[in-house]
Amino acid sequence: MSLVKSLIATTALTAAMFSFAAPAQAQTRIALLVKSLGNGFFEAAARGAEEAAAELGDVEIIYTGPTEPTAEAQIEVINALIAQQVDAIAISANDPDAVVPALQRAMDRGITVISWDSGVAPEGRAMHLNPSSNELIGNTIIRLAADHLPEGGEVAILSATATATNQNIWIEEARKVLPEYEGIDLVAVVYGDDLSDKSYREAQGLMQTYPNLDAIIAPTTVGIVAAAQAVTDAGKIGEINVTGLALPSEMAGHIHSGASQSFAIWNPIDLGYSAAYIAHALATGEATANEGDIIGIGRVGEVMIGENGEAAMSDPFTYDASNVDEFAEIF
Amino acid sequence: MKALLKHRELILVAAIAVLIGLISLRFPAFIAPRNMVRVFDDTSILAILALGQMLVILTRCIDLSMAANLALCGMVMAMLNAAFPGIPMPLLLAVGISLGAGLGAINGLLVWKLDIPSIVVTLGTMTIFRGSIFLLSSGQWVNAHQMSDAFKALPRAVMLGLPVSSWIAIAVIGLFVLLMSRTPLGRSFYAVGVNPTASVYTGIDVGRTRFFAFTIAGAVAGLAGYLWVARYAVAYVDIAGGFELQIIAACVIGGISIAGGIGTVGGAVLGALFLGVVNNALPVINVSPFAQMAISGAVIVIAVIFNARNERKKGRIILKKAEKAEVAP
Repeated sequence: MSLVKSLIATTALTAAMFSFAAPAQAQTRIALLVKSLGNGFFEAAARGAEEAAAELGDVEIIYTGPTEPTAEAQIEVINALIAQQVDAIAISANDPDAVVPALQRAMDRGITVISWDSGVAPEGRAMHLNPSSNELIGNTIIRLAADHLPEGGEVAILSATATATNQNIWIEEARKVLPEYEGIDLVAVVYGDDLSDKSYREAQGLMQTYPNLDAIIAPTTVGIVAAAQAVTDAGKIGEINVTGLALPSEMAGHIHSGASQSFAIWNPIDLGYSAAYIAHALATGEATANEGDIIGIGRVGEVMIGENGEAAMSDPFTYDASNVDEFAEIF
Repeated sequence: MKALLKHRELILVAAIAVLIGLISLRFPAFIAPRNMVRVFDDTSILAILALGQMLVILTRCIDLSMAANLALCGMVMAMLNAAFPGIPMPLLLAVGISLGAGLGAINGLLVWKLDIPSIVVTLGTMTIFRGSIFLLSSGQWVNAHQMSDAFKALPRAVMLGLPVSSWIAIAVIGLFVLLMSRTPLGRSFYAVGVNPTASVYTGIDVGRTRFFAFTIAGAVAGLAGYLWVARYAVAYVDIAGGFELQIIAACVIGGISIAGGIGTVGGAVLGALFLGVVNNALPVINVSPFAQMAISGAVIVIAVIFNARNERKKGRIILKKAEKAEVAP
């Protein structure tokens, strides 16, 4: 069934290609293949890719993806892109393994394949672009609090569950960089289990146990929202700054109320921008993606290819009152 | 002394008092009146839900879908509020409570008309309700800035020293006391639980009584849905995930027999308060998160053991003569 569908799609697209010919072959055609269309996060990434294309000059961005976020649907799109003979595919995959055979077929035809945001197994791509790395995130969450505490102060971390792998790694990295931030004292790490009620109570508990607390850092969206509400309800806006990792749409209200000065998460525009830069560099042969190679990504800086062909883009992007509304529309 | 011990409510009050005493040894500010008000307010949602669950358990059923019902009603109210901020709060509350009652009635009808065990019915509807939230919201959150100020402010407004959410809980407790002690329906919940067969002979429709228990439980879940969403100022698919177990735990601690027929309004409320005190104390007494889980679990098991001992019926002697005859020789 899926095969028939993909055959039809391929045939249709091949036909379309022949009829419209290809006057733009001199350009590098980069397909930005996303998990599904109609998702604000990916539309923003496409905007970033277009920005990169404008800077690079000879690049055409084909923003595409399936209508539903499944690996099967994505494979059909990959087949269609192979038929279109694009120069590069930059994919955010719905499944790290299921799309590998289709992407290998693409690479056999000379198409450069990279993955970004949501990765593909190493055999199915040249490199993978992570929005950030554990070290960068660990540093960022402490910096977010320290930025607003020039004189130092007490901070506490409100995490998800005590066994959550991501959060535990970030907290570990945060502890490592702590000595670099003079005067910042991490007084407690508590766990709200990613439940609103428990996170809210833990935040209240922190305020009671540490009357001089200056900031609550929550590297989880449920936790940061609950903590911001707890601080608001306790009337401690201005005394305690709630920060951490969250989506702009979830935190816009708390940024405007002042419960949170700033928070961070990857910036989808930068991510699409960087993916386009890397795809262009690899497709034109300007760069290679072997371990240790460095690829320039325009205004964002550069990335170094690490283990498993993975690279980390940058520090998570900081959102505050000046830009949260713009991004709240996006994701 | 023995008569006193029979009053589970008194034991629970004593247990809560001892617990608060022990906690304040470690964290003196816990016993401050302002903190006590805060703990009560935090527990109000659980207490309301435990009362609804109590009705269902009294009739020898169980409702696992209450937390999902709460989440669905909460999401619907949040979405309505975000889309039409002009809807007055009383109307919005009426919509939420009726929706909750309707969802509860679905459970009730399935148990009544199709005679399916309630644990199966509500296990199914629990996932259906959660799935419906996802379909409604397509996985999106309703966030604080999308809700109107009136929507968020109502439960927080302070009247006579207590927040409105606490007053709502007190009002619900009052209504339940009246329902259980002064209405035929309230008495029939007990009758159905103690002896369903005998209830039929006294003219009580067992299925219909259960239907009403589920419907009322649904209505309070709808009310709690509003309180939850307004309190935490956020609505998403997983709100109150796993909360159904806390509700049942509150009932069990409050001495409501899972076998049906035994339980009081006071017990359910005290059971909820007991859990509320534990939940609010754990963050301030500085114990490891893993020990926290073990403590919560141990409390429930101890309560169940206590219940089982209290409820154990002595074998009834039917033939006095035969007993004597046996003992005599």
